[in-house]
Amino acid sequence: MPSDQPLLSLRVVFLRQFLRHGRSIMTSPADVANPLLFFFMVITLFPLGLGPDPTRLAALSHGILWVVALLASLMVSAKLFASDFEDGSLEQLALAPYPLAVTALAEISAHWLATGFLLALLSPLFGVMLGLPDEGLLTLSVSLLLGTVCLTLIGALGSALTVSIRRGGLLLSLLIIPLNVPVLIFGTTAVREAVLGGNPESWLALLGGLALGSLVVAPLAIGAALRVSLDS
Amino acid sequence: MWAFIHKLGSPPWFFGFSGTLVRWLLPVTVTLLLVGAVWGLLVAPPDFRQGNSYRIIYIHVPAAVVALAGYYVMAFAGAVSLIWRIKMADVTMRAAAPVGAVLTAIALVTGAIWGKPTWGAWWVWDARITSMLILLFLYLGVVALFEAYENKTAAARACAVLSLVGMVNIPIIYKSVDWWYSLHQPASIKFTGESAIDSSMLYPLLLMILAFYCLFALTLLLNMRAELLWTHRDSGWLKQLVGDT
Amino acid sequence: MYFESLAAVWHMDGHGFYVWLAYALTALPLVLMVWLPVKRIRQHWRWLQAEQRRSAAATQPTAMGSDV
Repeated sequence: MPSDQPLLSLRVVFLRQFLRHGRSIMTSPADVANPLLFFFMVITLFPLGLGPDPTRLAALSHGILWVVALLASLMVSAKLFASDFEDGSLEQLALAPYPLAVTALAEISAHWLATGFLLALLSPLFGVMLGLPDEGLLTLSVSLLLGTVCLTLIGALGSALTVSIRRGGLLLSLLIIPLNVPVLIFGTTAVREAVLGGNPESWLALLGGLALGSLVVAPLAIGAALRVSLDS
Repeated sequence: MWAFIHKLGSPPWFFGFSGTLVRWLLPVTVTLLLVGAVWGLLVAPPDFRQGNSYRIIYIHVPAAVVALAGYYVMAFAGAVSLIWRIKMADVTMRAAAPVGAVLTAIALVTGAIWGKPTWGAWWVWDARITSMLILLFLYLGVVALFEAYENKTAAARACAVLSLVGMVNIPIIYKSVDWWYSLHQPASIKFTGESAIDSSMLYPLLLMILAFYCLFALTLLLNMRAELLWTHRDSGWLKQLVGDT
Repeated sequence: MYFESLAAVWHMDGHGFYVWLAYALTALPLVLMVWLPVKRIRQHWRWLQAEQRRSAAATQPTAMGSDV
């Protein structure tokens, strides 16, 4: 970038980065479809493993759906920064005069729209397949909408920490899974409360709080982690 | 105060200081551990509900307490290393992780053994045991991340970021596991109720907690000394030190 | 002292196995945790001493050679 060019506002930088990453996601629809397909297939495995008894499946469905969503986010987050790291565009971002936290957050937002958001929208379908009672379907969708924000941000942190390591996939799950425990607990409890007729709102509020908190803290940590990965 | 902290950051000074400290800490730790264990095992009365199996508390609770405190020590060292780029903070963080992981594992194993006579099963998804298991994963993550990086300066910084995020998360994890447990289980089966613990049982427990803190400090210093000896093998101060003896 | 005999200490009203197993499984890693770094420190120290002797032995002949 020539030095006489004025600096762009952070909002413009965020938007540009968001669109750039969004376009690159559009060029490979398989990357968007894969996590959904993964979700779909693992959901199929549970009735096969546990038996087709509808009442038992319904009793376990909120936990199954949330655990599989967590695994799906684990799977996609491994590749979040990989291509940017390999083709050097991450280095460009780090050299640019804008905070890495903002540009990384733009990429993560685009990534979340293509994965977590879609998954949350489609989750009632899978809920119906597992016999989740109707009262829980909306809460499932909302809880995944809020929960995938946390899952994606934590996954992005794991990806940023391990992107420079060869065969970092297994390490990534070790780093991420313990941090995802509260999200899983709040999410499943919200759906369970909705099914049992309790009040899911307080659990959804907790999830929302977690989402907002991680939106504040995680980008800073991700920025620092990306710089470490680039230096190593 | 600042002069002392500044000196802590210098490897030659730290090496001498920690050598003196270790020489004092080793007998103190051994004595505290032995006295605490004998007190807890032989002198303290049995619990009126759990009988003698409760004596496992004298290692389970201290190990759990110090393991958790150890994570904060590690994360604090990580923060110091990130902000001020002090090498000694890296060494501290690196040395704390395996010690904390072992203490967490001890808390888990003793908790499982305690569970057998108390609940009739080796493994029960009790809130405290589950939290300890997650803490173990957090520790193992830091250890594994450090090993995965070839550049050890970058490894220390990556671990610092991870342990800081973990530190922010730990209270949330503990609280959420607590809620999760109380939602799914009746509160009747608990290790130690809210009820006040009698002083004849409490004093040996406090003594053992102190002993485990000393042990943590001792093993932390020993690991740091071993690390320093190796990484500074080419520096003049160490050569002089070896030559003098 | 709470217990009356050594056998009672060992038995602990049926809980002896669990209590002693827990204490044994704690003592072992604790001893290792102290002993392993001590061993490493000794090894490194000895290596450093050997290195110093080696470098002293390497510099001596050249010094004598220059004298001759």
